[in-house]
Amino acid sequence: MTQPAPNWPKLRADFPILDQQVHGKPLIYFDNAATSQKPRAVIDALVHYYEHDNANVHRGIHELSNRATAGYEAARTRAAKFINARNAEEIIFTRGTTEGINLVASSWGTKNLKSGNVILLTEMEHHSNLVPWQLLAQRTGAKLAYVPVTGDEGLLDMSKLDSLLTKQVKLFAMVHISNSMGTVNPVADLCARARKLGITTLVDAAQSAGHTPVDVQAIGCDFLAFSGHKICGPTGIGVLWGRQELLDAMPPYQGGGEMILSVEYQKTEFKKAPHRFEAGTPDISGPIGLHAAMNYLDAIGRENIWKHDQELATYAYEKLAALKNIRLFGPKTGRAGLVSFLIKDVHAHDVVTLADQAGVALRGGHHCTQPLMHRLGVESTARASFYFYNTKAEVDRFVEVVQEIQKFFAS
Amino acid sequence: MFEDLNDLYQQVILDHCKKPRNFHELPAATCSAQGRNPLCGDQLQLFLALDGNTIKDISFVGSGCCISKASASLLTEFAKGKTKADVEKMFERVHEMVTTGNVQGDVGKLAVFAGVHKFPARVKCAILSWHAVMAALKGDAKPVSTENEQT
Repeated sequence: MTQPAPNWPKLRADFPILDQQVHGKPLIYFDNAATSQKPRAVIDALVHYYEHDNANVHRGIHELSNRATAGYEAARTRAAKFINARNAEEIIFTRGTTEGINLVASSWGTKNLKSGNVILLTEMEHHSNLVPWQLLAQRTGAKLAYVPVTGDEGLLDMSKLDSLLTKQVKLFAMVHISNSMGTVNPVADLCARARKLGITTLVDAAQSAGHTPVDVQAIGCDFLAFSGHKICGPTGIGVLWGRQELLDAMPPYQGGGEMILSVEYQKTEFKKAPHRFEAGTPDISGPIGLHAAMNYLDAIGRENIWKHDQELATYAYEKLAALKNIRLFGPKTGRAGLVSFLIKDVHAHDVVTLADQAGVALRGGHHCTQPLMHRLGVESTARASFYFYNTKAEVDRFVEVVQEIQKFFAS
Repeated sequence: MFEDLNDLYQQVILDHCKKPRNFHELPAATCSAQGRNPLCGDQLQLFLALDGNTIKDISFVGSGCCISKASASLLTEFAKGKTKADVEKMFERVHEMVTTGNVQGDVGKLAVFAGVHKFPARVKCAILSWHAVMAALKGDAKPVSTENEQT
């Protein structure tokens, strides 16, 4: 179902934080891949919850507890719809993508991996989809293997895939959209190839969930994780989706209240998923804020957001490519809404400090993809990442600022 | 357009960043230490040739931003011919200066880093090489990082 073209300037006005000056210049917020800003609707949902409905969930009999529980569980149902999960029981609330992946590594991984097994990753993984697997490999004696990246254009070298998908591979974990290069990986194809060999798959959807329609059934993965704060929701809340049959067979992640059926001094009977994986009082306002964020994004339409992202990214990429002494990273076409670049002889941190003085919020560093940076032979890059509230005029200003930075260091 | 940055990127800093002094390995080194900034992945390696308590020669290699390179470069200029105690005393002064802006005593050319305190995200860049030189003088084998630097 195609939604009508949104009124972008009107949507931008929903974000109070964007209307401010930084160092005396209008703020241009281009650090959306790190975290997105929050619309009034999400802020209001949080305020409303704390002003009217705050109570602990699942245990109470009183009215406020009923409301809090209803709000918490309604968010679970909404999250299931957001990624087209078959049912809400497949949705586990986490602190974010990182915790979701750690949960799978700790629970599913410890139970299913043993010495000699291989965990297949890609060279462009964020540390959150790399370090938990290294820790698991150390615990179990499993090994790590990586699908290589082609170079600065940041594509997966698909010609190597067949030889990497060996019988020893038990898990293939992959990023949907690269946070440091904007590459969109063919996750449905990768998962289909893994599935044929009985390999379990996990998709890191941190950069995709709020920017493009994400459908776990169409992707055909076994686990998928994303964060609320990158999709207009609050920090501290995220979603892990897993296939029901896998979740039901997994041991608990953490122990405590909320996740038990009955406890004796020597043994405990656990609840089924998802509650088995949500020990202790959860973040309650988080899912409620996230619910508002998902409603907000789907009212705009993630196809529309994706089109807008791509337009800005292509525009920015082409304008930067036209400048001299700029090294660009990531695919030339079909990129997600970000550009990663280096100015010749200028360190990314100096670029970001100067851009900040001009009101432009960029990110500079290894973007939590340090192995990838080393693979590309750099320590860091500067990155501009966009969202639907950003404009072409802001990109124009950003490119002007890049030229000013070049002049500053050339003089 | 970047007038407010003159405090941070003083001419001396820009000059040392573009043309770092003592920027090479030191075959005669008696000790060395690595400094790492986990925030940006920057790495510096310092080499010292000690004669008793005197730093006869000092050099560095590595990659980093303008501030960290210039800081390492100016550090090597300062430290050459000085004693361990001189460097330790200057470390305290530089640390105080880049974190608070207070300049205590004579810091010579290093005064160009006084503006860094206004840019909390960049304090780590300015202090990285100083942590490395302290580690080298103490004989620490492990790379030092700016992880615990309060900004």
